[in-house]
Amino acid sequence: MNQALPKLTVKDYASDQEVRWCPGCGDYAILKTIQKLMPTFDQPKENQVFISGIGCSSRFPYYMNTFGFHTIHGRAPAVATGVKLANPELDVWVITGDGDGFSIGGNHMLHVLRRNVDLQILLFNNEIYGLTKGQYSPTSPPGTRSPSSPTGSIDFPLAPCVVAIGSGGTFIARTIDTQAKHLGAVVTRGHEHRGTSFIEILQNCPIYNDGIFNQVTDKKIAADFKVELVQGEPIVFGKEREWGIRLNHDSLNLEVVDATSDDVLIHDETNKVLATLLATMKGPDLPVAVGVIYSEEKPSYVDDSQQQLISIRKAKGSMTELLHSGHTWEVE
Amino acid sequence: MELAEENLGEHHLDEKEVVDVVVRFAGDSGDGMQLTGNNFTEATALYGNDLSTFPDFPAEIRAPVGATFGVSAFQIYFGANDVTTAGDALDVLVVMNPAALITNVDNLVDGGLLIVDSGAFTAKNLTKAKYQVNPLEDGSLDKFRVLEIDITKQVLAAVAEFNLGHKTGVRSKNMWTLGLVLWLFDRDRAGTIESLKTKFASKPEIASANIAALNAGHAYGETAELPAGIHVYKVPKAKVSPGTYRNITGTNALAWGLIAGSELANIELLFASYPITPASNLLHELVHHRDFDINTFQAEDEIAAVCAAIGASFAGSLGVTSSAGPGIALKSEGIALACATELPLVVVNTQRGGPSTGLPTKTEQSDLNMALHGRHGDTPMPVIASSTPTDCFEVAIEAVRLATKYMTPVMLLSDGYLANAAEPWKIPDFSEFEPFPVEHYTKSEDFKPSIRNEETLARVWAKPGTPGLEHRIGGIERSFDTGDISYDPANHQKMTDLRQAKIAGIANDIPLQEVCLGNKTGKLAVVGWGSTFGAIHQAVKRARTEGLDVSHIQVRYLSPLPRNLEELLKSFDSILVPEMNTGQFVRLIRSEYLIDAEALNKVAGQPFKIGEILAAIHAKIATLGSNS
Repeated sequence: MNQALPKLTVKDYASDQEVRWCPGCGDYAILKTIQKLMPTFDQPKENQVFISGIGCSSRFPYYMNTFGFHTIHGRAPAVATGVKLANPELDVWVITGDGDGFSIGGNHMLHVLRRNVDLQILLFNNEIYGLTKGQYSPTSPPGTRSPSSPTGSIDFPLAPCVVAIGSGGTFIARTIDTQAKHLGAVVTRGHEHRGTSFIEILQNCPIYNDGIFNQVTDKKIAADFKVELVQGEPIVFGKEREWGIRLNHDSLNLEVVDATSDDVLIHDETNKVLATLLATMKGPDLPVAVGVIYSEEKPSYVDDSQQQLISIRKAKGSMTELLHSGHTWEVE
Repeated sequence: MELAEENLGEHHLDEKEVVDVVVRFAGDSGDGMQLTGNNFTEATALYGNDLSTFPDFPAEIRAPVGATFGVSAFQIYFGANDVTTAGDALDVLVVMNPAALITNVDNLVDGGLLIVDSGAFTAKNLTKAKYQVNPLEDGSLDKFRVLEIDITKQVLAAVAEFNLGHKTGVRSKNMWTLGLVLWLFDRDRAGTIESLKTKFASKPEIASANIAALNAGHAYGETAELPAGIHVYKVPKAKVSPGTYRNITGTNALAWGLIAGSELANIELLFASYPITPASNLLHELVHHRDFDINTFQAEDEIAAVCAAIGASFAGSLGVTSSAGPGIALKSEGIALACATELPLVVVNTQRGGPSTGLPTKTEQSDLNMALHGRHGDTPMPVIASSTPTDCFEVAIEAVRLATKYMTPVMLLSDGYLANAAEPWKIPDFSEFEPFPVEHYTKSEDFKPSIRNEETLARVWAKPGTPGLEHRIGGIERSFDTGDISYDPANHQKMTDLRQAKIAGIANDIPLQEVCLGNKTGKLAVVGWGSTFGAIHQAVKRARTEGLDVSHIQVRYLSPLPRNLEELLKSFDSILVPEMNTGQFVRLIRSEYLIDAEALNKVAGQPFKIGEILAAIHAKIATLGSNS
């Protein structure tokens, strides 16, 4: 049997590189939580690989003392797919942002989700372009004033979790940068999932988009603006847990009702229709859902590819046989 | 130099002993001309002729029946001597409809044999081909030997017993025609019969009908009263060195070369690509060979393909990606990442007519500039080109060797002609190939990702999963000393110089440039690269037969160039560079060596003809004064 793995701690996961995010950036909190989490996964450290694209979030791998690859803008899911195909034993993590993952790299995001490649995607969503100095992103609300939209952006944003469900994603969750316990629990669930785990992390950019998620992070008001989803539990929220969510059977939309109402929904993360409605929820009428929104067991691309290879390679190819296959003739 | 064509004055069928013949089958894209050509090729190879083929098909999958832009053709040149092109002018033209006639008849030599399915020369088809008058009736074909047969009628009679109905029955027209042409050149039908049985294993009645049509076409040749001068031509077998032979297309040779490279390097290979004409067949071939250490991945786009390949290389496999020009353009950011991170990668470019979608099914060599220079930053990478279908095998192995030994992306240039053309290949003894096993780095003591081989300058290949080698790489400039991010000005200069020196140093690890025909010094060297090999070779051979002082040099290594190339070229009075582009290689030679090399350019989507290069040789020699 394998030797027991050495006990690792958070220190083993901090690289010797100086962290260069802006003071107060939400990325620090995420980094710390992930570094603390890694030793709990019972994986050989050399098998853990962090792959990123371009942007503030994509500097993440440099700060993890694991294998890491800081690739090019938007392409981390494609690079990660190649890594996983080459060595399915590796525990592969993709670190991306709203611009990297859903603007320049939108196509790869769609396809890695649909293929269900076994890896974890952490999407740091700060609804702004940070590294290029503050332009609006595909998740910025309309009217965002930025260097490239001084009179207000006129793009409609996309909702990453909704797109992920629509792309055939099999594990969709949302969490918050500074809420270490919740973030850790959600990422742990994602790591257990076999297939692509998509985790949107609402992340504050103190420089270009400060406070954009205050409603769900400010302890004074968050309870009224966010609902924590728990499998099998009623979907309720509020300071006194006084509100609930139910389905309006006429409009097929979700709506807020009194928590004591007998038609408050019970969270079922295997229900794709419900998951789509929950992922879409946002203010002012509805709370933002955090937690595991959707989870589904489905074959993973890399597993299936490996299965085909195992079956095909029962008889190993011979170069000489290949060269002589088909019609050949002798010249004397 | 102006492109001109010299008539080679060949009327092969009239010679006492017919030593070589060019045959072209042309019909609608649905007429099965490629299948006919492939079967004729197999039979010709078995007969013992040397041969070269040129499948020439339209971009439209199912063009409207009878349209000139839907004509699909298959050309084969076979003979008793070494054959390196698909031939210039046609000795035999087989046309299945008026569109095939009007688009091909200009290439038929006077006195050539024209086999026509007269049943397809209906008023409707004539109009579609824009014939005002039926050419079979207006005397315009009098200079040819015309064999007019209502093939449709003959075929329906031959397959009547199978009760297939008109539509299905007529589909065997190509096999009937093949039977006739096999008879004409005394070729065996057994191989075709076997392949029909295999192809239609699940539809035995279709197999039987096709075989009946094939036999009927053959019997027609044997029994019908044919016009004077049409008889069985016996082309002597080629004198070729003993061994076991097969036919192979450039695509298959390239695929098998990649497999061979993976075996010799003892490394897993991930082939990641996105479908594009004419490169897709490489994926189609490799996916059948996953019993080797090969896996394939059809990515969502060209960029994902190169990135997945790079990911595989990072993980310790060899990533290979493939496309044609437009797709390679999309990959260029990824290629530069492989250069910056010093990861191995093989990029195959099966060049086609450009720019943009250009001529997707036609051939061109116009991506050389992109291969050499088409990346952001100072991003050098080796570029090598295959010159014949069979050469693709060795060139692919060489690409794998260079990529893994030097930890660099390598660009392999093929083209649409090489990809589809087939030629006989003396099957190499694989045990004679020198292995070049890859060694992944494993020593964790004092490990840094920047450790490099002092001789090759290659960075270590430290793959994930190796204890103690955890490290980060990326596109940001890295410190020469530590491999960590570095914005230091002196370091960037040093790393830029290092990247240049590493690729330049490969010149010491590749063969010296040889002259493939003729002397190492003299009046004129015709210098080519890539698929122009065949036409240049034949033209130089003919010129030398005339007593002209001409040599042929074909360059495989385009970057870095062979270290003796300058000296070799300077030992000739003049240099002529035929290329299927506007002069990309000739400009490289001129700028690298300050040699007054002259260009001969053709950008028509078609390979050079022998006569075109021969005309240029004659013109060039004429300017050099009298020949000794």
